[in-house]
Amino acid sequence: MSLETITTILGGLTIGAALMVVISRHPVRSVLYLVLTFFLISSNYILMNAQFLAVVNIIVYAGAIMVLFLFVLMLLNLDKDSEPKTHVLVKIASVVAGGILFTVLIAALKDGIALGEAAAPSAQNNEGLVQNLGQLLFSKYVLPFEVSSVLFIASMVGAVLLAKREKQVID
Amino acid sequence: MEISELIEKLALIVALFGVTLGIAAYATYFERKVAAWFQDRIGPDRAGPFGILQPLADGGKLFFKEDFIPANAEKWLFIMGPGIAMFTALMTGSVIPWSTDLELFGQTVALQVADINIGILFIMGFLSIGVYGIMIGGWASNNKFSLFGAIRASSQMISYELAMGICVITIVMMSGSLSLRDIVNTQHGMNWNVFYQPLAFVIFFICSLAETNRAPFDLAECESELIGGYHTEYGSMKMGFYLFAEYVSLFTSSAVISVLFFGGFNFPGMDNFDGNTLAILGVVAMFTKTFFFIFVFMWIRWTIPRFRFDQLMHLGWKSLIPISIINMLITGLVIAFNEGWFK
Repeated sequence: MSLETITTILGGLTIGAALMVVISRHPVRSVLYLVLTFFLISSNYILMNAQFLAVVNIIVYAGAIMVLFLFVLMLLNLDKDSEPKTHVLVKIASVVAGGILFTVLIAALKDGIALGEAAAPSAQNNEGLVQNLGQLLFSKYVLPFEVSSVLFIASMVGAVLLAKREKQVID
Repeated sequence: MEISELIEKLALIVALFGVTLGIAAYATYFERKVAAWFQDRIGPDRAGPFGILQPLADGGKLFFKEDFIPANAEKWLFIMGPGIAMFTALMTGSVIPWSTDLELFGQTVALQVADINIGILFIMGFLSIGVYGIMIGGWASNNKFSLFGAIRASSQMISYELAMGICVITIVMMSGSLSLRDIVNTQHGMNWNVFYQPLAFVIFFICSLAETNRAPFDLAECESELIGGYHTEYGSMKMGFYLFAEYVSLFTSSAVISVLFFGGFNFPGMDNFDGNTLAILGVVAMFTKTFFFIFVFMWIRWTIPRFRFDQLMHLGWKSLIPISIINMLITGLVIAFNEGWFK
């Protein structure tokens, strides 16, 4: 099996899983499909020789963020019955709006494909390996890297502040 | 990839699979024997000599019990839960190096299924996915005790993963690689990481207790409050899978501890040997360390009482994480000093 067939199959599976996130009726199932989508995206990364990115994607998104999503949804205990009923006009309006957004995205991506082909990653692309990625992050991209870490600190401090605002006593 | 290489890897995978399952099965037996020893009892002694066939009898019993699915459970997720738990527990063994290269039929066989350059992150990744087995199973059972157990288990695992990850970063800083084989090779002979990083070892050990959901961190299944925790509704081999996955992860986390801190297959005086002798002695050293840690896990389980949940969160977030961060900073400073940054 050639690399191209594998890529095609993986891509199809990824899109399928992503569609199931939207299609499934039950929120918990949607989240589980989203986790599956992250896995498939990670396998796409591995095909592009970006192992570090793949495994970090799994640890951070599938392993931590999605677990918190699942947490909240499981505690909310949403059912089909408790789903709010929407008017037909609202449904039509949302279909139209979604379709327009889809067209815009396709149009934007069409230009993107041409750009991507110009800078297509070759098979010898080793930038995703940990060592090379580290070198790049601390030389060429050091400013964006540090700025994003400041952003993370700010959001962490914000989260702690929000959690501390209400005084709780746990005994 | 050549056919011979494929066969070699396949044989390694099958062997690792068999060894892991065998050790996990007999870990259940030793757990009972150790418990009996600690409580001045005899323990299982009916099935075969010294009760050595007890795991087979247990397995047979689990297979022949009724495979029950509760009426209001989410059927597919209920079936998937134990499967995910078992899968993630078994996957982590694949990146652990068991010994140096072995010469067989004129070929060099690396005693490691996959030497990937992100080995330790691979293990962390599968640890963090292990939560899903418990969460899905607990939620799909449609039982509040199961859900409580699942929520406790997952919040505990997420909290302790952080301190664990920071300890791993310290070790990675010392060896300069994420590949487990490189980490082991830097600890040649008796040059083990535990002598340089005793604090990181203690924190890592506590966190692996929490990650494997064992006492004193077994709040997820504490029977006095939650009946049985996330596997309350499970019976037959589905419950067997959950229990078995716990023992598999007990084995792999003992192996990871010996790789990261106790030199893996390195042993003092290893320079006197080479070739296949070295490889076989390496396997013996690796398994001795692993079995020792399995015993320590059991020792702790039958000695220390269970934590209360708020104590658990306090310990995780307010002591282990700050201590490990400080430990990491000091390690970084020492490494920078040794490389002559302050001259």
